[in-house]
Amino acid sequence: MTEIKENPVCHPVQRVAENRFRRVWAKLKRNKAALVGAFLILVYVLSAFTAPVLFPGNPSAPNLIKSLESPTFRDPLGTDELGRSILGRIIYGSRISLIIAVGVVLVGIVFGIPLGLISGYYGGKIDFGIQRITDTMLAFPGFLLALALVSVLGVGVKNTVISIGISMVPLYIRLVRGCVLSVRQEDYVEAARAVGTRDVVILARHILPNVMVPITVQTSLSMGTAILFAAGLGFLGIGVQPPTPEWGAMLGSARSYLFNAPHVATFPGIAIFLAVLSFNLLGDGLRDALDPRFKI
Amino acid sequence: MSESAMPLLEIKDLRTRFHTLDGIVNAVDGIDFEVYQGETLGLVGESGCGKSVTALSILQLLRCPPAEIQGSVRFDGINLLGLDREGVRKIRGNEISMIFQEPMTSLNPVLKIGEQISEAARVHKNMTRQQAWRWAVEMLRRVQIPGPGSRSKQYPHKFSGGMRQRAMIGISLSCNPRLILADEPTTALDVTIQAQIMSLMQRLKEEFNTAIVLITHDLGVIAEMASRVVVMYAGKVVEEAPIKELFKDPRHPYTRGLLGSIPVIGRKEKTGRRLQEIPGIVPSPMQMPLGCRFHPRCPEVMNRCCEQQPPMIHLAEHRRVSCWLET
Repeated sequence: MTEIKENPVCHPVQRVAENRFRRVWAKLKRNKAALVGAFLILVYVLSAFTAPVLFPGNPSAPNLIKSLESPTFRDPLGTDELGRSILGRIIYGSRISLIIAVGVVLVGIVFGIPLGLISGYYGGKIDFGIQRITDTMLAFPGFLLALALVSVLGVGVKNTVISIGISMVPLYIRLVRGCVLSVRQEDYVEAARAVGTRDVVILARHILPNVMVPITVQTSLSMGTAILFAAGLGFLGIGVQPPTPEWGAMLGSARSYLFNAPHVATFPGIAIFLAVLSFNLLGDGLRDALDPRFKI
Repeated sequence: MSESAMPLLEIKDLRTRFHTLDGIVNAVDGIDFEVYQGETLGLVGESGCGKSVTALSILQLLRCPPAEIQGSVRFDGINLLGLDREGVRKIRGNEISMIFQEPMTSLNPVLKIGEQISEAARVHKNMTRQQAWRWAVEMLRRVQIPGPGSRSKQYPHKFSGGMRQRAMIGISLSCNPRLILADEPTTALDVTIQAQIMSLMQRLKEEFNTAIVLITHDLGVIAEMASRVVVMYAGKVVEEAPIKELFKDPRHPYTRGLLGSIPVIGRKEKTGRRLQEIPGIVPSPMQMPLGCRFHPRCPEVMNRCCEQQPPMIHLAEHRRVSCWLET
């Protein structure tokens, strides 16, 4: 093969991927709510990573002398019934919550995306089978499904992730399938088939990148839901178990002291609220920013 | 074209029907024709007469169900309809490739042009990524895209319609196939680009010694490119003729109608007639007229045409017509 002579005139190096990222960021920047969400998520992530620096010592070690103290300078958010710093436990709790959120989304993606792709692309009996199972799972409210699964699997971080993750799978299947149904009609998919490309390659290289936008949005929203579900399970005492600092479990054990020490329940509640809110705000912002129909 | 040689593609009694909620649609209803090595066969007809479905049936790119393909499509002696999925996949893009009508939507917007061209080479020729990429650049150069090296790194939205169609031609030629099914390759392009694409295809056809089935409704394009023409109407072949004879002596009233509907400057002064049109529209495949399918629109209709389907009358080698006027 001969060396190809380049025409020096048409030579701007293309960085479409980078331009696209910049364009999305420009749109996201204009959405103040999404920025607040992103900032709060960043705060949570940073505190999760730097927890031992921010709060040296064991957040679960009891100190009964300081039991149920109101907020002071030493313990800005007060202490719980065992005298442990609520701020410290919230900071360590962000680790648990983020791990659960990421784990749940991974379970949803790993099972949901391939099943959705197969279901939408092949159609027919395969689609029918997958969709009836999905229907059955969606017939239960998500939290109820997670509750039922966790009661079978048992308590702990791992089982919480698995059970909430499974309850997310049908959402991903439906979302991906719907997008694939429209993308598979595109001429370029037919053109790829006409070239003799294998189905696996068509799904992974031609279809999946074209359905990434809704998946990204769904992932952000799912992380908020996952944190909420995990807190719910913790609150009911069947999720992550004390003394592990988990926000829902903290809320659950603070229930008894709601009247004489309301701060014990309030602050973990705020932590949950802000985490869920920020993921939802970011998700909504991403939806607008990634949708090419909304031009700035 | 050597008459004695085995045809490269031999279609016999191809029937493609779609099972829809409103009933069965016979899009292609028992057609046959041959394509020989290195020739260009024109497949002509109005919109909806089954030209594209014929091409898609050859490569089995239709979803079955709802589609159902019957008959025989022999490529180089092998019946393509008898092959399994994997067998057909090895033919697609490698031995038979396709050029689509709509260059604006036939390229994937999220993949670089080079990746899309190198795909076929990687699938069929076991090239590594780098080899295939170099091959893709070479293909872009062959289809006369300036600066192929930097162009291959661009995404389709940076390409104009004509360039995209060139890239599509590059994809279709990248495994040096023996047959290209070109489904209205220039319909979506404007006239000057059309001419460029046509001369490019003509040149590459000779360079690669590829046979082309050129599907179009543009008889001007056919006149320039094809050596032989098959005219389709409502899912059937109505006439086949070598190109010169078709224009000199069209036998079927439908072919005459098609030729009469080409605008010619100065026609009115010469003949006193304005542009001819064929009255009516292609019949719905759900309600095919009895007898000859063209009879409701035919200017020379006879009683017989409404009752009986005309037989295919072979006048000479590759010269046949299906009309009661010939009997």
